[in-house]
Amino acid sequence: MSNVLLETKKVVKRFGGLVAVNKMDVVIEQGSICSIIGPNGAGKTTFFNTLTGIYKPEEGEIVFDGHHTIGLRPDQITDLHIARTFQNIRLFGSMTVLENIMVGMHTRLKQSGVDALLRTRKFREEEKKAFAKATELMEYVGLHGVGDELARNLPYGGQRRIEVARALASQPKLLLLDEPTAGMNPNETEDAIRLFRRVRDDLGITILLIEHDMRVVMGISERITVMDYGEKIAEGLPAEIRANKRVIEAYLGRGAATEIIA
Amino acid sequence: MIAKLKTTLGSLGEWINRGKVPYILSITGLVLSTVWVYFSPRSLPAFLFFLAMAGMIYYFKIKPVAKLILGLVVALIVVPIIGARNIFYLEVLFQIGVFAALALGLNIVVGFTGLLNLGYVAFYAVGAYLWAFFGSKQIFLLHEIPGTAPQGTPFLLPGDMFYLFIMLGIIVAAVTGLLLGLPVLRVRGDYLAIVTLGFGEVIRQLANNLDKPLNFTNGPQGITPIQKPTLPGGVMDAFNVILTPIVGQPVTEGQFYNILFYFIALLVAALVIFVTLRLDDSKIGRAWTAIREDEMAAVAMGIPAVKLKLAAFAVGASFAGAMGVVMAASRTFVSPESFTFMQSIGVLTMVILGGIGSIPGVVLGAAVVVVLNLQVLQEVSLYLSQLRQSDSVIPIINFAWKNLSNQLDPAKYQRLLFGLILILMMIYRPAGLIPAARRKRELKAAAVPDADNGTQEAADE
Repeated sequence: MSNVLLETKKVVKRFGGLVAVNKMDVVIEQGSICSIIGPNGAGKTTFFNTLTGIYKPEEGEIVFDGHHTIGLRPDQITDLHIARTFQNIRLFGSMTVLENIMVGMHTRLKQSGVDALLRTRKFREEEKKAFAKATELMEYVGLHGVGDELARNLPYGGQRRIEVARALASQPKLLLLDEPTAGMNPNETEDAIRLFRRVRDDLGITILLIEHDMRVVMGISERITVMDYGEKIAEGLPAEIRANKRVIEAYLGRGAATEIIA
Repeated sequence: MIAKLKTTLGSLGEWINRGKVPYILSITGLVLSTVWVYFSPRSLPAFLFFLAMAGMIYYFKIKPVAKLILGLVVALIVVPIIGARNIFYLEVLFQIGVFAALALGLNIVVGFTGLLNLGYVAFYAVGAYLWAFFGSKQIFLLHEIPGTAPQGTPFLLPGDMFYLFIMLGIIVAAVTGLLLGLPVLRVRGDYLAIVTLGFGEVIRQLANNLDKPLNFTNGPQGITPIQKPTLPGGVMDAFNVILTPIVGQPVTEGQFYNILFYFIALLVAALVIFVTLRLDDSKIGRAWTAIREDEMAAVAMGIPAVKLKLAAFAVGASFAGAMGVVMAASRTFVSPESFTFMQSIGVLTMVILGGIGSIPGVVLGAAVVVVLNLQVLQEVSLYLSQLRQSDSVIPIINFAWKNLSNQLDPAKYQRLLFGLILILMMIYRPAGLIPAARRKRELKAAAVPDADNGTQEAADE
């Protein structure tokens, strides 16, 4: 398969005796929208962190776009065009919205310290472009005229949007969204889903998301992977997952599962 | 009541900055204060007024070109003249320059990048000892016991190498910053503060003890004499020819060195401000701030945190290194005493008092602390000592100043007052004298009337 963007093989991450991620195999195809779901503490975010280099898995292999990423630093992995957002918003609160987005461009800006000191033409042009691009991204995620606001002064929904814009600023091929609609009301969630679809359809960016909200998961995902106790317990199309006995067990307990299936 | 006062002050501020008013105010203010300092060169209020007016240039809403011209006139013409009438003023301004550069360097590490460094003065020591060693006779005294320099030992280098050594000081201090940073940046937060504190002490103890087996630093006695650069030929004469009628008396060579070092400190400080401003407004500055705000998010956004922290350490250290060289030459004496932990804390105080992360704030902080320490608090304790020798009594309790015990000597209250000022500042203005502000980029935002509608539409679609 040439259109596989990300493939993980038997990825294991342990914390002491606890196996947080156990032999995870995931295949993400170029241009798809996939989800990872699972009960709290199933190891979803830990798995994300192994993908982005924040944790180094003990075993296994991660291949992204032809590169083996295990052992690379998070900034090197970002450089390979993977971007992410965080479960609990992690913006740079006392920087402005545009600055936040421009930080996301860090790996794509070629200016050096000397360029900055001498204000070379290259530097000025690059900064100008970065500024224009940041404004464009801010508007793309649906924010207008708030570029000079401090990020922490924006309402919750706005902050979520900036996180997406900041991630997009690094020109990702793969966008990892960690519970992107957590804490949103139904309207905001609708907007968010529409935004993610646009990101995939307009920009061709592959999306992998962790989500608890089943409406989001079922509404947007093309494939779903289910995790429990660090292991993959199921994967498939949304309809298949909905009917999967092990998945229902994992969420509701064994007894409930037999009841529902019966 | 307070709100009323605030609005009154606000409208006053508006009036001050309306149309031609700021031009008139700043120029008259400068002229008046200059005249006052000129005619009463020993008056502290006059000098403070002058400093305030010079600082106000920054605040007035006048054209940048006009600001630059006013600033240059003050720095290059007015200050040397009034400095020649009272050399002590040049010392004050020299120290402001030195500490402004130090504080800006520390501000990059602590203010921008958020790494608490309690041993910053070590880099200053590195610069100072660099020139102290190569600019003195020390290299010929490696086998001598401290204090036993034989007569007629030559200097290693000519004094004019000083200028080259400012550059070398930058490089050597930056490398020291990198070397310190490499092992130290593994630890974070409080631990980093402790490790840097230790590093500062290590450097000081090295200076203290490197008089054996080979006498590099002359130990606690310190190195002296250290060479000054030679005075540029004829400049002093020219200065005297032109300015004697204005100053009133010709300046001596020693006094002219004060003027020279004032200019050197001014130049280095200006360079430091320039470098800081430009780095701050680039991807490096943004990355520094991002690391301070949330290191993990910064790393996830592709910022190589270790590399950028090292850069912050190196750049911050380099400023201190340059000023160390300048200090060594101007004092012609360097000893470990000058690089104590209290010095590091002093520079940190300037950063915090002025406004952590704020470039004008930090410069103002340095100026305020230097002026407080060198002038205002001295003056206060001098005044109190005079009271003690007079027959006056402390009001209300009717206690004669004379009978105050030695332990309560009011002249010792300098530090106490300084501490009080710090406490009050932290309570009422925790962000500093000039709090850090982010640069406004979105120039057109205000001009788009339907900005709110835009958000609304986006939300509704």
